[in-house]
Amino acid sequence: MSTGATPQSPRPQSQTGKHRLLTFDILRYDPRDAASVPRMRAYRIEEADSMTLFIALNEIREQQDPTLQFDFVCRAGICGSCAMMVNGRPRLACRTLTRDLPAETTLAPLPFFELIGDLSVNTGKWMRGMSERLQTWLHVRESEPDLRRIEARMDPDLAEQIYELDRCVECGCCVAACGTARMREEFTGAVGFGKIARFRLDPRDTRTDEDYYELIGDDTGVFGCMSLLACHDVCPKSLPLQTQIAFLRRKMAGMGASRDVPVPER
Amino acid sequence: MSCETVLAQTGLAGRAGKSRWPARLDLLQSGTGLFLALFMWGHMFFVASILLGEPAMWAITKFFEGYFLFGRSYPWLVSCVVACVALVFAVHALLAMRKFPATYRQLRTIRAHAKAMRHADTTLWIWQVYTGFPLFFLASAHLYQMLVWPQNIGPYASSDRVWSDALWPFYLAMLLAVELHGGIGLYRLALKWGWPNAPRRTLARLKWGLTAFFLVLGLATLGAYMKIGYEHRAHHGERYEPDGVKEERKARMEEEAR
Repeated sequence: MSTGATPQSPRPQSQTGKHRLLTFDILRYDPRDAASVPRMRAYRIEEADSMTLFIALNEIREQQDPTLQFDFVCRAGICGSCAMMVNGRPRLACRTLTRDLPAETTLAPLPFFELIGDLSVNTGKWMRGMSERLQTWLHVRESEPDLRRIEARMDPDLAEQIYELDRCVECGCCVAACGTARMREEFTGAVGFGKIARFRLDPRDTRTDEDYYELIGDDTGVFGCMSLLACHDVCPKSLPLQTQIAFLRRKMAGMGASRDVPVPER
Repeated sequence: MSCETVLAQTGLAGRAGKSRWPARLDLLQSGTGLFLALFMWGHMFFVASILLGEPAMWAITKFFEGYFLFGRSYPWLVSCVVACVALVFAVHALLAMRKFPATYRQLRTIRAHAKAMRHADTTLWIWQVYTGFPLFFLASAHLYQMLVWPQNIGPYASSDRVWSDALWPFYLAMLLAVELHGGIGLYRLALKWGWPNAPRRTLARLKWGLTAFFLVLGLATLGAYMKIGYEHRAHHGERYEPDGVKEERKARMEEEAR
């Protein structure tokens, strides 16, 4: 028995007494199976030192239930595949240590995105659509770029700022945490604003605020953001979403002073 | 029919270039909210003058009626201010309503989301909606009352309304709703526009500090009106006048009679 345990302690102990017994209540559902009904299923495993949620899920799949579906690729918080709702909040499974979780943990798939099965969702499909809609690539107004020309130098501080926003792994945590996106599915979401902010900073991108207004200048864009800022609080890469969204809002609101684009009569 | 109308009807309005109105409306929503929150705080200080005594509240009332400027009271001046505030209120309510959950599905989703997330700012927004909704009715009724009967503002008139006319539950509900809604609204404005650029925790503490201060001030003020109203219940309808003014009025009446 651990010396730290008291008779009042609710912590369930493993047989060896060294580690806690963890219970994972996992939402199980296969949308492709017509007979499948969403239900919670509990799995119990013994905690290990430095165990991550990703390791725990693998152990469950290997030892208890090979049908459990969840995503992972890099195991290092880089690919953004293993995002899921952990006790109601979106987190990356590979970056979540079980020692930071209570003995009983509820796991569910990220809402908002297309459900593949159990904890697995198709974030890529939505991210691609968002990327195409917001044109999140470098726009250069040159018909024929001169590939032999030496690239213009960039101020290191500016490069650092761009890199900071480029660290987004498109895990979908910000969108799943966003109250606005949950109510209004057409909402752009913080991931999209982060990308627009990134290209707006980039001096190589020749787009103007007028161009960006066409992408995010309405209630499905930056003016729909209600500043609940759960996106900022759950971002596993700690991106400065709060300041970037406020910055974009100020810039896009400034466009309100300009005249409406006249509608061609003929 | 103009091309603009045809495009709007067919859902192609944005294709020719996005309207600038969403930007203007967003600014207008924030601007009207800021005005109303600051007005609410100023209003609270004016109303709370009763805590300094009847003469102080009487002086504030008469100041707004132009008594010290024109030598006599013009309550319609108060009505003009109320009309302006009512207009700003209506615009703000109309614009803020766009953000409310519009369907049962949206309401159920956001409630479950806030409950599961246990995220302070998301929960605060739910409270902003919960307190904003009753304000449609409470603030509208109050504004109408002040617009139509501006002469019924004063140490005794207001106290009679609170106690003898049994409106204290109405004012209590409005106080709670308006202080929470306005406080959260100002906090959200700061986050929304990034000014003042202070850490969120600092802004949250400031917000709760101000909300607590104005709630305490409001409750003390309401208590004072209830006490005066209770003591004055036998003379319901009688208006307060400071001794000096009363004597001056009597002297003038006697002079006119002669």
